[in-house]
Amino acid sequence: MKEAEKLLTINDLTVEFTSDREIIQAVNHVSLEIYKGETLGLVGETGAGKTTIAKSILRILPKPQGRTKSGSIIFDGADLLSISEHEMRKIRGNKISMIFQDPMSALNPVVSVGKQISEAIMLHQKLSKKETKELAIKMLEMVGIPGARYDEYPHQFSGGMKQRVIIAMALACRPELLLADEPTTALDVTIQAQVLEMMAKLKEELKTSMLLITHDLGIVAETCDKVAVIYAGEIIEYAGVEEIFDNPVHPYTLGLFGSLPSADGDKEKRLKPINGMMPNPARLPGGCKFAERCPHASEECRSNEIELADTGEGHLVRCMKCSLVKEAR
Amino acid sequence: MINYIVKRLLLMIPVLLGVSLLVFTIMYFTPGDPAIIILGPSATQESIAQTKQELGLDKPFGERYLEYIGNAFLRFDLGKSFFTGRSVSDEVLIRLPYTLKLAGLAILCSLIIGIPAGATAAMNQNTWKDNATMFGALFFLSMPAFWFALVLVMIFSINLKLLPVVGIETWTGYILPVISMSVGGAAGIARQTRSSMLEVIRQDYVTTARAKGQKERLVVIGHILRNGLIPIVVVAGNSMGTMMGGALIAETIFSIPGMGSYMVNAISKRDYPVVQGGVLVIAVCFSLIMLLVDIVLAFVDPRIRAQFSSKKKKGSAAKWKAAA
Ligand SMILES: Nc1ncnc2c1ncn2[C@@H]1O[C@H](COP(=O)(O)OP(=O)(O)OP(=O)(O)O)[C@@H](O)[C@H]1O
Ligand code: SF4
Ligand SMILES: [Mg+2]
Repeated sequence: MKEAEKLLTINDLTVEFTSDREIIQAVNHVSLEIYKGETLGLVGETGAGKTTIAKSILRILPKPQGRTKSGSIIFDGADLLSISEHEMRKIRGNKISMIFQDPMSALNPVVSVGKQISEAIMLHQKLSKKETKELAIKMLEMVGIPGARYDEYPHQFSGGMKQRVIIAMALACRPELLLADEPTTALDVTIQAQVLEMMAKLKEELKTSMLLITHDLGIVAETCDKVAVIYAGEIIEYAGVEEIFDNPVHPYTLGLFGSLPSADGDKEKRLKPINGMMPNPARLPGGCKFAERCPHASEECRSNEIELADTGEGHLVRCMKCSLVKEAR
Repeated sequence: MINYIVKRLLLMIPVLLGVSLLVFTIMYFTPGDPAIIILGPSATQESIAQTKQELGLDKPFGERYLEYIGNAFLRFDLGKSFFTGRSVSDEVLIRLPYTLKLAGLAILCSLIIGIPAGATAAMNQNTWKDNATMFGALFFLSMPAFWFALVLVMIFSINLKLLPVVGIETWTGYILPVISMSVGGAAGIARQTRSSMLEVIRQDYVTTARAKGQKERLVVIGHILRNGLIPIVVVAGNSMGTMMGGALIAETIFSIPGMGSYMVNAISKRDYPVVQGGVLVIAVCFSLIMLLVDIVLAFVDPRIRAQFSSKKKKGSAAKWKAAA
């Protein structure tokens, strides 16, 4: 894995939203990297900033509220945050594409699903109209939808089928990087398994790297190579998937993963709720953001900014009492 | 779809019957006797009675109404004007095109101005462009159309002598009436376009379109506007109705021989056949416009289209049940 080529490097990304004269610090100094062919899992509770990170990569944050305040996102040697809009458009949907969280609202209700897939193809590949349609039909069939349904509209599809259409659309241009934002959350369990299997197969075929956002630890264990845990817009733990399931260090991760036996454990396991709430991202506390809910918290934790530190072999943790926590475990 | 259109056309018959009864009744109870107006204040009782008989006004209400709708609905004969003696149907055929042309041009202008203005405002929400557009829209919306028409005439016809004061002998004659009629409509459409686009901008599928790498301009046209169009079409249809009313005012001010001036004249003279016939024809136009709006909606929105076909399916299911 170390020999593999880096595809995406995020350095010190900070994203803010402005709303009602409040400044919401959604993402704070996040750095991560994705290698070719690798899947990085992004986990964390709701509002942690996962979707915001993915949207920042494509530069599709809601305007004018959202903006990237600092940092760089290096993809193919270029900083996505500083290239022109024209260059960025050539990357969107082509080299990097995104599967959105909510399949019910991610498709345009007045355009046929076939046309919506064709739109993505037409924008990035020099094909004739006929070839474009043929490829779109092929994509539909690849995700298990009969090509004859090309001309049907989103309201004629079930949630699971809509999600498949979105996946077909995202994969139509064979992206190098796929940002999958909870691709199965809106689906029921049987379809979840089908969609995941399908994505794994497609990923294998297309050699795509993936940023997988999910609440589901079973999916993380099954599909990810590495995991980054996000809390209040910060990465608080970052390690290989085996390592993080076997040796979680941060108290928050422990709370989430604690009850899981091992990486190939119970598939249905979701993030375990931890008592208390994430701090309001408009008024983040100084020091450790998790202090309020942490059983090991002390005055020290609240008064010092805590760095993401390597506890050995690239296992990064943002907690000043790592060794203590490890012992207590 | 065809079934639906036929059904809507058939539904127009009871609506028109209702309209004609209403107008007939109102005219019946409106004070003022056409016979006296024709003969003048010095007429004798005898000559009044005789004229009434000639005009058929001596018969009872029910008989007159039945006779009227019999002629109107079965023979398309709307009677003759009390004053000129000319057939109302013939006169309407000459005058209606002017009114339709005015209202049609005005609605076209409203759309051409209103949609881009509203779209610009929405895409630049809370900036000076947005504020300026919305201020303009509010200004034109609250200004009386007749007053604006008179101001236009004063500036362009009387002071600058660029355009004719009245009449539509040349196409330049249409400019002022159409402008005066369309500003209100354009303002209404701009406001509706802005609000429905703002509604759509927040939707996820717009982000999806951007994430595909689509150009911003095509995201606006192909995704945002296309979804925002549905309420805009409804508003445009309704303002087409208002435009017919606006045409009455513009025709009077600019002396255009359309339906408006015809009817205003007839109302003051109690020319019953003209008033009744005119209202009936305008009601037909209204119903057809509303039908057109629904067809356009079905064209724009597949979900509405689906309702039409599911209605048909329900119909055939009912038939199956009846057969079983
Ligand atoms: N358009 C917006 N305007 C203002 N604040 C926003 C906006 N979008 C997101 N936020 C805020 O940014 C923070 C991160 O949101 P984000 O959607 O990235 O969370 P998430 O981790 O994807 O959560 P979930 O698991 O629920 O999808 C939240 O506090 C949210 O309230
Ligand atoms: S730094 Fe302190 S408060 Fe924060 S997680 Fe570690 S022990 Fe808990
Ligand atoms: Mg999210």
